[in-house]
Amino acid sequence: MSDFEIVKRADYSDVTYLLEVRHPAMARAAQPGQFVIVMEHERGERIPLTIADYDRERGTITLVIQAVGKTTKEMQQRCQVGTRLHAMVGPMGIPSRIGHAKKVVCVGGGLGVAPVYPQARAYKEAGAYVIGVLGFRTRALMFWEDRFRACCDELVVCTDDGSAGLHGLVTEGIKQAISAHADIDEVVAIGPPVMMKGCCDVTRPFGLRTMVSLNPVMVDGTGMCGGCRVKVGEGVKFACVDGPDFDGHQVDFDDLMLRLKRYRPTEQAALAEWQESCRLRGGPGHGH
Amino acid sequence: MAKKTIRTIPQARTPMPEQPPELRVRNFDEVATGYRQEDALVEAERCLDCADEPCVRGCPVGIDIPGFIRALGGRNFRGAYDVITDTNLLPSVCGRVCPQENQCEGVCTVGQPPSQLEPVAIGRLERFVGDLAIREGWANVPYIEHNRFKVGIVGSGPAGMACAADMAKAGCEVVVYEAFHEPGGVLKYGIPDFRLPNAIVDLEIDKLRALGIRFECNTLVGRLFTIEQMITEMGFHAVFIGTGAGYPSFMGIPGESLGGVLSANEWLTRCNLMHGREFPNYDTPLQPGRRVAVIGAGNTAMDALRVSLRLGAEQVMCLYRRTAQEAPARAEELHHAEQEGVQFHWLTSPTELIGDAQHNVRAVRCERMELGAPDASGRRRPVAVPGSGFEIEADTVIYAIGTNANPIIGQTSGLQLDKRGYIAADAELATSIAGVFAGGDIVTGAATVIEAMGAGRRAARAMKAWLGLRDAASIAGGDGADEPARRLFGLPRGEHGYARLHL
Repeated sequence: MSDFEIVKRADYSDVTYLLEVRHPAMARAAQPGQFVIVMEHERGERIPLTIADYDRERGTITLVIQAVGKTTKEMQQRCQVGTRLHAMVGPMGIPSRIGHAKKVVCVGGGLGVAPVYPQARAYKEAGAYVIGVLGFRTRALMFWEDRFRACCDELVVCTDDGSAGLHGLVTEGIKQAISAHADIDEVVAIGPPVMMKGCCDVTRPFGLRTMVSLNPVMVDGTGMCGGCRVKVGEGVKFACVDGPDFDGHQVDFDDLMLRLKRYRPTEQAALAEWQESCRLRGGPGHGH
Repeated sequence: MAKKTIRTIPQARTPMPEQPPELRVRNFDEVATGYRQEDALVEAERCLDCADEPCVRGCPVGIDIPGFIRALGGRNFRGAYDVITDTNLLPSVCGRVCPQENQCEGVCTVGQPPSQLEPVAIGRLERFVGDLAIREGWANVPYIEHNRFKVGIVGSGPAGMACAADMAKAGCEVVVYEAFHEPGGVLKYGIPDFRLPNAIVDLEIDKLRALGIRFECNTLVGRLFTIEQMITEMGFHAVFIGTGAGYPSFMGIPGESLGGVLSANEWLTRCNLMHGREFPNYDTPLQPGRRVAVIGAGNTAMDALRVSLRLGAEQVMCLYRRTAQEAPARAEELHHAEQEGVQFHWLTSPTELIGDAQHNVRAVRCERMELGAPDASGRRRPVAVPGSGFEIEADTVIYAIGTNANPIIGQTSGLQLDKRGYIAADAELATSIAGVFAGGDIVTGAATVIEAMGAGRRAARAMKAWLGLRDAASIAGGDGADEPARRLFGLPRGEHGYARLHL
């Protein structure tokens, strides 16, 4: 099918990088809201990453990754143009429902900025009025403003430190959009769980339908392991096959955040050990 | 030579050499180390070579069991291998994981009353022959005359492997799709190395590759392309779906989202396929517990329990709401688990999982059960004893209480599903889409490896008939092929392939 060759790489900051992976069949099949599972090398772990973009003509899948743990930092070192991933499977999950909403707010915070882009573009193509709200910690971490400008009718950029755009969190941007537009049909919010929770808290009093995309711990991504189960309303859903999109007002975010912490001690130990081995071997780029 | 009788054969079943329990709980090497040649020759003597051959009927794939044992007894080891591989390409797998006590050995004449003897150890002999073939590098690649048909198999587990082998031998071009990064399905991610080493599975898969079968991993059928696209765009003349049941059940009691609570599938996959036990040399974390409670008493539960012991847990407990008699696990698995130090809490049903301040599980709240009247499954229904609540300390709780239907194929195709969400298939394993067959756990719900293999082979037979391929086991067209109603343009309908018309 594909040998998962990396055909493009861009670095947006010390921690954020883009990989474009050749996979023509997946580029044909991918829809907004879907994700892939990637293994960087044969001893690696399987990590879920939301598809940030796809190019059916070039036959590529775009991933935007934040280097936060061992695997994503290792990928940051080793994934260069011309190298190959060990595995990439997808597109996984139920595609986002791009309904008949006439006016939508697409909110992306931090690592959620890239994944919300295909939805913003799809809404635009479906004829909706799209208000983009993007949140970054600081100006230096900003990326893809140009892509969003091209598909949004309005764009609000928020920074935590006020170094660019609105001073504050994305919730400020949403409040601004809600006060300026009384006829918003839907909000799409993607980012860290605490951010999505904040967005849902803002929209709940207005009864404004808010879809979120969840990215819990996964192994196979096909419903087989149940590691990604989340509490939604009265029930338990598997994010990989029942989602990853859910009605944010029904999601138990506190539960999700606790579950995401489960493997943190082991992961931190692995990261520390890996960084030490990099130091001993005299820098990055070692093989297994 | 005089005809063997029940009195002249070796009376005792030849024991299987095993690693002693105290040694094996500290490694992932195989528990049963396999018959030596002298063991196999003695055990082969125990087969009466009876005329009735109930064992062949008891085998889901119909291996000529007396035939291979005869060859084996005559020291014609290669001949024994040839007989087995006529019907089963995977003797090293089946010899290890089939529940022979309910199949060939369960009906073996030697073991039938009034005989007091144990049946012939057919599974152990099959494994001996399969392992010998691996050591000697034997492979039986038949002469294959290629036809023009292309067959797609969805899922590389036991059902898919069996169907793929039969269709390749029939001359079809066969492609097997697997969502994981390695083929083998449950044989790889589920069954631990101490019961079935992944290296053995890989060797058996190599034999399938030698038949010309292509394995395409990292391919999630349904989402990357649909079943319908396989038929209409990708040129497959027939498709077999063997994706397994995969969607683990939980109980819906409070506390199931606590840290340290997971499905047996997740636990086993992290350990087996992802090598979590070799963390940090492999990156997938596992976080083995000190006190592990596994809910359920089937084969998967036994695997989860025994893996936990080998990962160094101090106390490993099996919680089951009925008794040992009703436990669905094979007797041998229960026995092995007990030998290794698993504590069984029968008539114990969890009602709540209790967490600590860090949101990790610290105890299981249980209640005592007693057995009441038989339920629909014929087993006596467990009933809670009022006021019998108690707590069991545990820092890891693993659910092994079965699975539900995996929804992906249903979500992405027009296939008809049954009430429970499994794929609806008729007796021939044909689905509601012409040319698409399905079998194994995705049709029946969770079952055994050999039942899945049997389903894969049954589907292959139906697929051959549907494609109009001649099959040694059944004449194309079957009975009554000459009837006018069974003919089209003067030809038996079964005798020629189909042209699919797109209107």
